[in-house]
Amino acid sequence: MSQVTTVAGRPVAVERFEEHLDRATNEVFSTMMGVGCEPVPEEARAEGESLSAVIGLAGALSGSLVLHTSSKAAMRMAEKMMGIAPEEVDEMVRDAIGEVCNMIAGAWKGFEPVLASGCLLSTPTVVSGTSYELFSQKAPLRVVRGYRFEDLTFAVTITCELEA
Amino acid sequence: MSGTTVLIVDDSSVMRKIVERALRQAGLNLTKVLEAGSGREGLDALERERVDLIVSDINMPNMDGLEFLRQIQSRSLAQGVPVVMITTESGEEHVREALAAGAQGYIRKPFTPDQVRERVLPLLVPA
Repeated sequence: MSQVTTVAGRPVAVERFEEHLDRATNEVFSTMMGVGCEPVPEEARAEGESLSAVIGLAGALSGSLVLHTSSKAAMRMAEKMMGIAPEEVDEMVRDAIGEVCNMIAGAWKGFEPVLASGCLLSTPTVVSGTSYELFSQKAPLRVVRGYRFEDLTFAVTITCELEA
Repeated sequence: MSGTTVLIVDDSSVMRKIVERALRQAGLNLTKVLEAGSGREGLDALERERVDLIVSDINMPNMDGLEFLRQIQSRSLAQGVPVVMITTESGEEHVREALAAGAQGYIRKPFTPDQVRERVLPLLVPA
């Protein structure tokens, strides 16, 4: 059965959030990096040093979209975007990951008309290290997707609450 | 087309480089590229130099792209210079707001060089 929720009286197809996230992620990778990006069944987990880029969502829904990746995958993304291979996780890599996250969030909400205009995005925040956890307030909606590009994986998580 | 001086305003240095590359791939002969990390830095750059094209993000700290546009208009900076917004914001309201604030073009991220060519080049060709 189709699950249709309304925000300010307009329908939002929550059941299509995953599909839209898959499309958005592949669009960003194919357009900005020239590589395809496919969902993988298991949630990708980064071993060792990792990076998380966070975009805050506000307005029609409130919450966050988080891109979590290993440093190796982050450096490959930056290399694909810039055409320069970084030797370590530096400012360019953190900046690139923040922009990837930003574009995924923008493309994702753009697929849903109510969110395209009614959901605002924060500027990205990027955290990196070997041992950290991100906490967000409990929210009724949570979408977790793992993805693979080339031989590397990463995860995108949307945690949010729709405006009543 | 003779050389073009462009001002690229984006808080991401990576995105500024990608926009510059896309403009070159679109066929622009960029003789000078000015970079600014916020609307405020963009205004400072316009106080110092004359440019032929402005490309700006919207969602930036320390003066966003829409306020940057309004300031350009109210202070008569860069009169007649085309402004193109390149941003992740794709809602019709955002597009209308940018056009109302003085933008001549709007490109959504992620973008292809072809989209940049289609939206930017017509703004630079003399009537």
